[in-house]
Amino acid sequence: MENGKTSPLLEMREIIKTFPGVRALDGVSFDLRAGEVHSLVGENGAGKSTLMKILGGVYPHGEYGGEIRIDGVEQSFAGVRDSEAAGVAVVFQELSLVQEMTVGENIFLGREPRSFGVIRWHELYGRARKLLDDLHLSIDPHTMVRQLGIGQQQLVEIAKALSHDARILVLDEPTAALTGSEAETLFAILDRLRERGVGMVYISHKLDEVFRLSDRITVLRDGKTIGTHARGEISEARVIALMVGREVGQLFPAGGSELGEVLFEARNITVIDPVLNIKKLVDNVSFEVRSGEVLGIAGLMGAGRSDLLMAIFGAHGGRVYGEVRIHGQRVPLNNPADAIKHGLAFVTEDRKRFGLVLDQTILNNITLASLRRVSGRFVTHIDAEAAAVRQAARELNIKAPSIFAIAGTLSGGNQQKVVLAKWLLAKPAILFLDEPTRGIDIGAKQEIYAQISELSRTGLAIVLVSSELPEVLGLSDRVLVLHEGKLTGEFSRATATPEAVMACATGQASR
Amino acid sequence: MKEPNVASDAETKTLPTDGSRQVEIFGIKLPTTALRAYTMVIALVVVWVLFQYATGGIFLEARNFSNLMRQTAVTGVLSVGMLMVIVTGQIDLSVGSVVGLAGGIAAAAGSQAWLGWSLIPSLAAGVLVGLVIGAAHGLLIAYANIPAFIVTLGGLLVWRGVIKGISKGNTIPIELSGFKAIGQCYLHPIAGYAMAGVFVAAMTWLTIRRNRGRQRYGVATHSVMLVALKILVPSIIVLAFTYVLNSYTGVPAPVIILLAVALLGAFITQNTTFGRYLYAIGGNPDAARLSGISIRRHLLAVFCIMGALAGVAAIIYTARVGSASPDAGVLLELDAIAACVIGGASLMGGRGTVFGACVGALFMASLDNGMSLKNLPDFTQDIIKGAILVGAVGLDMLGRRRS
Repeated sequence: MENGKTSPLLEMREIIKTFPGVRALDGVSFDLRAGEVHSLVGENGAGKSTLMKILGGVYPHGEYGGEIRIDGVEQSFAGVRDSEAAGVAVVFQELSLVQEMTVGENIFLGREPRSFGVIRWHELYGRARKLLDDLHLSIDPHTMVRQLGIGQQQLVEIAKALSHDARILVLDEPTAALTGSEAETLFAILDRLRERGVGMVYISHKLDEVFRLSDRITVLRDGKTIGTHARGEISEARVIALMVGREVGQLFPAGGSELGEVLFEARNITVIDPVLNIKKLVDNVSFEVRSGEVLGIAGLMGAGRSDLLMAIFGAHGGRVYGEVRIHGQRVPLNNPADAIKHGLAFVTEDRKRFGLVLDQTILNNITLASLRRVSGRFVTHIDAEAAAVRQAARELNIKAPSIFAIAGTLSGGNQQKVVLAKWLLAKPAILFLDEPTRGIDIGAKQEIYAQISELSRTGLAIVLVSSELPEVLGLSDRVLVLHEGKLTGEFSRATATPEAVMACATGQASR
Repeated sequence: MKEPNVASDAETKTLPTDGSRQVEIFGIKLPTTALRAYTMVIALVVVWVLFQYATGGIFLEARNFSNLMRQTAVTGVLSVGMLMVIVTGQIDLSVGSVVGLAGGIAAAAGSQAWLGWSLIPSLAAGVLVGLVIGAAHGLLIAYANIPAFIVTLGGLLVWRGVIKGISKGNTIPIELSGFKAIGQCYLHPIAGYAMAGVFVAAMTWLTIRRNRGRQRYGVATHSVMLVALKILVPSIIVLAFTYVLNSYTGVPAPVIILLAVALLGAFITQNTTFGRYLYAIGGNPDAARLSGISIRRHLLAVFCIMGALAGVAAIIYTARVGSASPDAGVLLELDAIAACVIGGASLMGGRGTVFGACVGALFMASLDNGMSLKNLPDFTQDIIKGAILVGAVGLDMLGRRRS
């Protein structure tokens, strides 16, 4: 028996969770003290999200083995409400805000202050305002969530979790969509919560953040606890090694493939916002890419990088001006089919929304952009398709029971590989990559970086958009920087330093 | 240490061999994607047994069975087209009115009082009317971006109005004997058995070939037991159907038409790039568009097909009745939609099969037929049909959520 005073705020003991065919958690133990930030790290599929879903009541008591104790008292959550009542608040990676409602409405969704069924709006917005002020967030609670940038939406999501007066806060990849300054706002919030005695579980792939914030770090691998260490006792390299189970060498493959001729040229691309007709999402941007070159495009969220690629690919909803030249020939790209026909491929961000048909098999997904060529003009030939897809899956090391596995059941890293495989099967000459490693564990990241490097060696011209500066700097031969739609910087591999690129990205400098 | 509950353990036992979801029944593994259709077959059997008992054995008698099959043909043909519409995430509410209009045009074309055309042109007129209407719908939906619900709701009203206007409220009789024959003629029993024989042979060859293919795709082959079942069960069913139909007069022409349409539909949806793209468009239109698929062209095509099939169904319907009434086909679209959904299609798009839709159509027609035999009043029939539709799909949804 434990004395309430000495037992930790939260204890999860010997947690076991199985899904059909897979043991997601195999006796994981985890504890959290009041006022500490305890990071949970591990590759995708290691079990972090599953563990937190159990804590959050998504998998209720009875659907898992082991026990949860808060302040030494055993808990049996029947659902999310029970865990919220016990003081647990979880902010998942996927946003769960209602776009068509205001910030205030979202924060108090389901718990609006009411008298006899009528909502007391004044009180609702007053409390929302106070909450946002407490967190030093300058967002007006009357704003429609739809109008906020994704970073701000994430902060609202966190405010919503905190409105529950939680004592245990779980954050799953909280800075994935935040700008540098928004992340700093978040870290300041976490510091204040620390003082209040709130225990925080911080899940992130960004080890620099993990090492900056955490008091303790726990590594999970394949559903088991590998180790829990105080931050001072362990190095970043060791953490990666524990996560991956082997010593990880250089993350980014050495660059320097031979550059060929100019394959792709974009001239004077301007994109007008389809909703706000006067706003230019992309303002007169021009660039060129050579065969074998990796061109990185850096910038903050909202700088127009994705808009630029979407517009070139013929998939943007707004008006697009400018011209595109491939092999020196001017080509009109009015829709994605045109772009694909001319040798372009686009691995978009948000693979679940834009890249995959989640209900369909890996086979159907991988052949989607090249079906006529791989399978037949009218009638499909599964044999030919299966052979091509198995080859592609082998090359990219996609881990799945078979090519008939449903795409929605794969881990994030494998899903991203499926999207990449789809585009590679279309045999492009020019490859656009938008946030290719978002939400992916370090092992899969390394594989994708190696793949990108290999592709450039075979002569592909690659354009890489990424919010992870180390990624852009590590892979690119040249780096362009966008700020609010304009080109503010161009660097070679040698001259691109994080500080210089950041300066251009924030509009403080121009090169 | 607490043990996980029994449900989780049971789930762990059914280790999928190819990553597709599976359940185990009597020791045989079946993919869940086809489970809804299998469940419906079982439901169908249950309903048949019930009606057989309730009508004192009349329901499954050869003559009534033949009737039932002919009744299924109209809904069945419509549901094949509707399945494609639903898979792409759209809907078509105008189908009943198009059937009424197309039937009326076909009858009028062949009638001396109107155009006096011969058989083929008259029939072609009917199908063409359906096709053109479908194209009109498709253009508005795909290119003018008006939601399908609205366009086809408008169509439901407009096309019904047109046939009422043209016919001035009167029934147009079918004069061409060839036309009437479509509803009433039969295949010679020997030809019927020959057809069944071809089916069995084809089924055997395809199943064995597909099973061998599985090895090449890196997936475990089915057990001999499962292969045998996959061949025997459909073959026995087909032979039984043919036998019963032959004991009356033979396989009816409408059934042949339905079979042809269903086979073509199944081929298109399962074995062509066109069909593959339909499922992609319904499953994730954004991903489909970015992969280079022209959503507009496919939607237009799908509504054209629906329209043409409505024309075909109209011909069968009108031929059976012997005349074209301006009220023909009222609420027929609901039967078609219900058939698709009962057979496993999701109204969100991306899911559903032609086979399922046909089983659904047979199910709905069985309800109609059985309840009519019992002389249940129309309103009672409507209530029961609606309740069963909601119940059947609701039960299935509950089952899905558990897994």
